[in-house]
Amino acid sequence: MARRSTTLPPQASGEDPTIRPATLADVAGVIGLDEEVTGLRKAAYWQDMFERFGARRRDQRFFLVAGAPGHLDGFIIGEVRAWEFGSPPSGWVFAVQVRPRLRVRGLGARLFAAVCARFRTAGVARVRTMVARDNAVIHAFFRSQGMMAGPFIELEMRLD
Amino acid sequence: MKLQKATAFALYAVLELAAEPGRQRTAVEIADKYGISAHHLAKVLRDLGRAGLVEAVRGVGGGYRFVGNAKRLTLMDVIGLFEGTSAEADAPTPGEGQDIASGLRYVLAELDAQTGATLRSISLSTMLKLVARRPWESLAAARPARPTRAARRGP
Repeated sequence: MARRSTTLPPQASGEDPTIRPATLADVAGVIGLDEEVTGLRKAAYWQDMFERFGARRRDQRFFLVAGAPGHLDGFIIGEVRAWEFGSPPSGWVFAVQVRPRLRVRGLGARLFAAVCARFRTAGVARVRTMVARDNAVIHAFFRSQGMMAGPFIELEMRLD
Repeated sequence: MKLQKATAFALYAVLELAAEPGRQRTAVEIADKYGISAHHLAKVLRDLGRAGLVEAVRGVGGGYRFVGNAKRLTLMDVIGLFEGTSAEADAPTPGEGQDIASGLRYVLAELDAQTGATLRSISLSTMLKLVARRPWESLAAARPARPTRAARRGP
């Protein structure tokens, strides 16, 4: 999953890119941006993500992008999840990406604020995410937005 | 996790100074605010100075000022100057055939990983924002009042 730091440097134009819902025309840009950051081209994956989170149930699923269709600067994806183990529905952020040369300027924070605003409109009172324990950069980003440890602990086991 | 005195003093001092980077504060001012030993805090501030986090300013109105990068420095960076954070390291090293001891070390290592990740993820800047939000107040309001000793004993 694409997750990266969000504090971004100033843009060459000096203008903040518009944050808006993704359209089909943005998918190529998302694929390219993810490839720039991860070194992996996952066209089918991002096509599927757009179909699931950008084209359906748009009152509960949010695929937001920053920038113009031909040149995206970042994106964020989240949804309202009914959630497990008796928890009331909450917002769930599972992807955020910002073009590396634009980092340390606050675009990630704007994307996060935008998706949180949509969660509020959808009627949920909490937003959650999950980060890799050794990914200090993205962990620090979510902390800097005010996120703290929640009431759940992720557990896993080997199946071999 | 229980912090040693020097570590807690260092966090108080570095966060106080980072909250107002342009302002100089003396060890006595900070020590008075927290009710701690100014002598001990002065020693801690010298250690923080050697680490490049604060700078001593001499003369009238002198004291210390923060010279680090509050967006980059984490709680772990400060704590790591004064102590380790490993519960696993505090446990005795298991000997041959001591599987229970080995198992306990394995569980403690999980705690260490969680503790380390948390402390590395909170920069001084993030910590100051957290302090400004005062989230502990809503936590205390949501927590049910603890019964008094008499109430626990019952009628």
